Formats: sequence, structure tokens, C-alpha cells
Amino acid sequence: MNLKKKGWQELPCGAIIEDPGAVLNNKTGAWRSMRPIWHEDKCIHCLLCWIYCPEASIIVEDGKMKGIDYDFCKGCGICANVCPKKVHAIDMEKERK
Amino acid sequence: MQNDGCRTPDIGKRGGTMILAKTGNEAMAYAMKQINPDVVAAYPITPSTEIVQIFSNYVNDGLVDTEFVAVESEHSAMSACIGSAASGCRSMTVTASQGLALMHEMLFIAGGLRLPIVVPIASRSLSSPLNIHADHSDSLASRDSGWMQFFCETVEEGYDSLIQAVKMAERTSLPAIVAIDGFILSHCLERIDVFEDKKIQDWLGPYKPNWNLLNLDKPILVGPATLQDYFFEFKRTQIEGMNKALPIVQKVMKEFKQEFGRGYDVLEEYKCEDAEAVILLMGSACGTGRAAVDRMREQGKKVGMVKLRVYRPLPHELLKQSLSKFKHIGVLDRADAVNSYGGPLFTEVTSLLYNVADRPKVLSYVYGLGGKEFAPEHAEKVLEQVLLGKKDELVTYVGVR
Repeated sequence: MNLKKKGWQELPCGAIIEDPGAVLNNKTGAWRSMRPIWHEDKCIHCLLCWIYCPEASIIVEDGKMKGIDYDFCKGCGICANVCPKKVHAIDMEKERK
Repeated sequence: MQNDGCRTPDIGKRGGTMILAKTGNEAMAYAMKQINPDVVAAYPITPSTEIVQIFSNYVNDGLVDTEFVAVESEHSAMSACIGSAASGCRSMTVTASQGLALMHEMLFIAGGLRLPIVVPIASRSLSSPLNIHADHSDSLASRDSGWMQFFCETVEEGYDSLIQAVKMAERTSLPAIVAIDGFILSHCLERIDVFEDKKIQDWLGPYKPNWNLLNLDKPILVGPATLQDYFFEFKRTQIEGMNKALPIVQKVMKEFKQEFGRGYDVLEEYKCEDAEAVILLMGSACGTGRAAVDRMREQGKKVGMVKLRVYRPLPHELLKQSLSKFKHIGVLDRADAVNSYGGPLFTEVTSLLYNVADRPKVLSYVYGLGGKEFAPEHAEKVLEQVLLGKKDELVTYVGVR
């Protein structure tokens, strides 16, 4: 997205952001050094990863895990850590750019 | 209703409706009762403890509608005020010294978010060594946090200034500190003429926030991350807020005077008409300065005093106009900037006079740290030196053995 940057006189008082959801314009996935890999065949859809993900990057549809939103996932590895040991449906790999 | 003192025949002479005997702390608490803020979050600290203590009695007795939040530290007190102010509430806290220092991080956040939080403080030195008495090192150390700062000479001025500060803060969207000198004002009993609760509440009116975090009809993001591309632009808007604050501050002072019959200027000259030498002061020491000027005027010496009430927004043009009239000026700081040549006020005054063609000679003094006595004799000695326009040391530490 190519937004024209605003000058200081156009900015609101107190640095508030008046458009909710502005974070969607600022994709943070590029910060990742580790990448979670989800194995659909092993997943039991307990959604622990969805509960714990601090970036809301676990995509869920109809109560089922559907994948990882790599536009925003920062690769913290919490999802892989909370995934039950016996299930082991998420692995962390080194990010390749 | 608590016993507020006795009624006396000269009610109304100074615009009020009741004469009370109050210490600075009691007067500030009384003003807070009349302001009736939505939220007060506070943690006690000497010498301002009583303000919170008395105010919490008002809360307990149902005399105010305030939500009182007893927090675990000053950092939390300021954080709670930021949260409540961002949620559209008129918010206040009270502190001093180390307490203000512990708030330091959050002071910048309140400034950057442009939240009109108002904080009375009883100015006190900063440790170490530990000391609980008056000087201005606490507020002056918070100078660059984007807060307005007002220094008061008397208890009544503190009471008036706190009420005014609420309106000034809300109109400028800048937070404000109102300083009374610890113990000298906070614990000394003065006769003050107070106004009716309702009159003050009507004058202040309801708080109309610019935005409200809890307004579900208009969701906003508060406190975003801004990187190299936007941080400076947002700071520039904040700086402009302070640049434009002085006329608003002056207008509120004028409105207060019209409504209540007494008032103040940002800068006040005392016996300066034909003065050759003047001293510049802030806070309770101005009373001492007046006494010294009076004594020396009796001896026919052409001396005066300039009292600075508003330190932020700094009235630099008014200071320049006022001070460039004189031959010699002594600037007295109740804090040191540890730069080997003068306190915070001295360095600002000398730099704003630098481009004046026929600029006066300015002498640097630091006085009264940690409540060190500053009597009319000390001020007279300073004025004698200022009249001469020269002294041996670059900075004179008044009264230090």
C-alpha cells in the first residue's frame, strides 16, 4: 500500500489513531527469524495455539485450525510450545528469506 | 460538614465568600474538593501527604463524587490517571520529590497523549542525602516532560492556581503541575478567602475530552508505536501545543479574575518602574524578595523584583520585554542544573536575553536547597551585589557555609 505520509499539521492531538485496525497496514511477519510449520494430519484442533498466540496469527474457521497467518506471525514459537507433546503438530524451522 | 474555620467580617474583600485559616496542603485539598474530579489516584509522600489524606476524607464523607484509587506507587498513580483521563475522566493526583521522580516515565506519556491531568505538588528536594524540605529540584527535573508548571507564592495563590490549572489543562490539552513550596507553604497556616463550591464547578463546567478510549461508537487506538517516519511529526504537534499554550493560560487567568475578582499574571513586576537592579524569583521566596525590596527602597535604593509564576509554557517574549529594561538582574534558582554556571532558570533567562542588543548583566544565584533559610537579609545581600553588577564567583550559593 502506498500511503502519502502526513505532515505534522494533519496529525491528531495526542498521537491517537482514528482508523481502527490500522495495524493491518503494517505487516510484521518480516521480523520472523523462526517459522512455525503446521502439520494438518497431526492436529487435533484443541486450539491451544489460538488461545496463546500473542499476535492472533492462528487462522481458525468453524472451530478448526486452518493455518498460520505469516503476514503477522513473528515466529515466537509459543504455538509450538503449547501444542501437546503427544500431538506435536507444529515445528519451528529457521526462516529462509 | 467539617469545621472549616470561622467567618469573619471582611468576607468578600478578596472576592471570596468565606475566610478560612488553611495550610497550603489543606487549601489544595479544599480546591480539589471543589473541583470534584472524576478520578484521583494517589500515593502519599511528605510534604504533600496531607492533601491526599484530607481529600480521601472528603471521599469517605461523601462530599465529592470522586473515584479514589489507592495505588501501590507514584508510577502506578500516574499510570492510573493516564488510563482514567484517556477514558474521558477529569483526573488528578498529588505528589512531591521522589514521588514525582518515580512518575517521571509516565509524565512523558501523559504529555505525549495530551491528557489534561492536574497535579498539585509540595515542592521538595530530591535525595540523596535525604531531605524533606523545600526546593524546586523535583518539578524542574520534570521540565521537558511536556507539562505546564506553575509556581505559587502564597497559599491562596496555590488554591486559585489549582482551580485555574484544570481549565488551562483542558483547553490546551496539556497536563499541569501546580507547585507550592514544601513546608514553607504546605504546612504554614494562612488566611485564605475561598469561593463557593457551586461557583467553581459552574466556572469549570463539565470536562469535554477530545477523545475517549471507551467510546464504542468511535473506536480509536491510543498510544501507538511510531517509528522514524512519524514520531518526530507527532512530537512536533505536541511542541506546538505548548507553543500555543501561553495565550490560553493568560485568557483563563483573565476569565478567573472577571469571575472571582482576583487574579494573577504569568509574570509580575514589583517596584520595577525605575529599578536599576532586579531579582527574578519563583515560588514562596517572592514574599521574601518583596520584603527585601521594601527595606532597600526605604534606603532609596532603586531595586525591584520580578516574579515568574508560569515556568512552562515559558513566557519568553514577556520575560525578554520585562528584563531587558534593567541594567542588572540577579536570577535566583531554587535548584541547580549542575552545569557549573547556573540553575535552570538562569540558563534560560540568559539565553533568551542573548539576542537583545543592549542586554543587561545577569548574575547567577542558587538558594534555599533542601529548605535552607532564605530570609530578607539574604535577598538584600543579593540585591546589593546585583546593584553593583558584579561578583567574584560565577554562581553564588546563597547562605552556604
